Amino acid sequence: MARRAVLLGALALGLALPALAALTGLDYGVGVATRILIFALAGLSLNLILGYGGMVSFGHAAFFGTGAYVVAILSQHASLGEPLVTWPIEIGGTESALIAWPLAMAVAGLLALAIGAISLRTGGLYFIMITLAFAQMLYFFFVSLEAYGGDDGLSIWARSTAGPLDLSDDVQFYYLVLALLLIVLALKARLVASRFGATLAGIRDNERRMAALGFPTYRYKLAAFAISGALAGLAGALIANQTEFVSPSFLDWQRSGEILVVVILGGMGTLYGPVAGAVAYLLLEEVLSQWTQHWMVVMGPLLVLVVIFARRGLWGLVERESPDGGGSRD
Amino acid sequence: MLLFLEQVLNGLQLGVMLFLMAAGLTLVLGIMNLVNLAHGSLYMVGAFVAATVAGWSGSFMLGLIVALPVTALVGIAVEFIALRHLYERDHLDQVLATFGLILFFNEAASMIWGPRALFLDGPAWLSGAVEIVPGAPYPAFRLAIIVVGLIVAAGLYLLVTRTRLGMLIRAGASNREMAGALGVDIKLLYTLVFGLGAMLAALAGVMAGPIYAVEVGMGEHILILTFVVIVIGGIGSIRGALVGALLVGLVDTLGRAYLSTVLKLFASPATADGVGASLASMAIYILMAAVLVWRPKGLFPGHG
Repeated sequence: MARRAVLLGALALGLALPALAALTGLDYGVGVATRILIFALAGLSLNLILGYGGMVSFGHAAFFGTGAYVVAILSQHASLGEPLVTWPIEIGGTESALIAWPLAMAVAGLLALAIGAISLRTGGLYFIMITLAFAQMLYFFFVSLEAYGGDDGLSIWARSTAGPLDLSDDVQFYYLVLALLLIVLALKARLVASRFGATLAGIRDNERRMAALGFPTYRYKLAAFAISGALAGLAGALIANQTEFVSPSFLDWQRSGEILVVVILGGMGTLYGPVAGAVAYLLLEEVLSQWTQHWMVVMGPLLVLVVIFARRGLWGLVERESPDGGGSRD
Repeated sequence: MLLFLEQVLNGLQLGVMLFLMAAGLTLVLGIMNLVNLAHGSLYMVGAFVAATVAGWSGSFMLGLIVALPVTALVGIAVEFIALRHLYERDHLDQVLATFGLILFFNEAASMIWGPRALFLDGPAWLSGAVEIVPGAPYPAFRLAIIVVGLIVAAGLYLLVTRTRLGMLIRAGASNREMAGALGVDIKLLYTLVFGLGAMLAALAGVMAGPIYAVEVGMGEHILILTFVVIVIGGIGSIRGALVGALLVGLVDTLGRAYLSTVLKLFASPATADGVGASLASMAIYILMAAVLVWRPKGLFPGHG
């Protein structure tokens, strides 16, 4: 019952937030909330492979950042009127969300497919380090991409256009992000409950047994990894629109760490955990950074304490029994 | 040709520093099964302590002598306070907790020493250049790093294969419960190994000081390179760490020096410079991917 009450309360708060922000005069609250929702989306994407698939990716920012760069690069070509590709046919840039965002997902997903194909040959510790190293490789790739700002990053002239919506309006953008998050939550709930999700959870719990049952475990894991990468690409496309700027720091390994923290803090392997984690982590960051610029000196030890003492995450407090298989790490 | 020799030596020098980092990390990984992201922070602490002491006393050697035990103590304190609770946990918990430690160390360092980089001068008697072959002067300090690194590598080899402590380390690595049941004080052994790893990291950090800048965040850059080294070499293998470190050092240095030149044979200079630069910074990751396709557990699979 508590679970239902919390969910309805959170949804009501999410819907009413822009009005509340306008009433209290805290207009920047909408921007903070949008950022939280985008990180929740990134957390959801990681949770699909981490919580349900048992794959500890320490390089998720690579897909997040790539999604952001796809939107930024397309937008730059559109605003400068330069074609993106001249051969074999001429293709220009675009500012349309309907083209750019799915493309960001596709590029991030394909990238995840390639990285996953190599990384998933290994497991455990190697997997953590390899995903980290690949993310770092992409980081250096974008640093050396002088045509798109290199180290300094790339400003975006205008947010994407999306039909009748005016995304440069923060409130409309917020509602769009909220809607996307709800859609992804619904899809993910379906996915987890499906045969695919059950197989994935089976692989997490005992890969050898699943292989013995005849499941092609490598392909299942790779598919999940690619889906997760595509979703992270969507989150990246959104963050590029929110900040109207991208830089290699979007792919920084610290960013990957933050996305991991969001998932663990909220409770991995739970549907709503990453959302709770994103709210908690980013609000904490907001509060601490207003208190002192050295907020990380508090956040760091706090993380250590969370890991040592609060193993089920925040959502574990709401949900004593997790029907979708949380806490299965033991 | 002489320039090429210099670049090879530069590659060896980077490789040797990576080895000092990788040896400590792979020992901790192989024996305690602990992923310690904060290993790079110990490297940073070593460099900062040495820079402070050297700045205050004017002696690099004094800085080195102070930095080693201080960093070992910091490492042991971290092990005692935080990491000890994580040995039984899975790698994910360890990654997260030590990620928290990195945030703490970086911020604490910038609070104590400020955001700007410190300078650490090498000792005066190593400031000159040595002619390895006639007409090819090479900085004596860099040469000293290579020599120190190779001595440490030999020392570690003897320690692990020839001494009682090394025997206990190997026993602890291959079967912890059994070693404990036979009366080895595992907790003490772990603390010692961790202190040893911290000291090696500090040595690398101090020696890096005069070559690179002593600044916040220096630890992470080398940490990720170290991970690449360990993945290539195989987790838990010191021999693998040495081979991997030299390989990564050479590929990275030679790639940065020559890839653009080689590409100019095939492409226009502008394209070659652009592509060469990005390929050079990605070269070691490509090397790692290639090794993994060939051998998923690294070149010298230990007991990962």
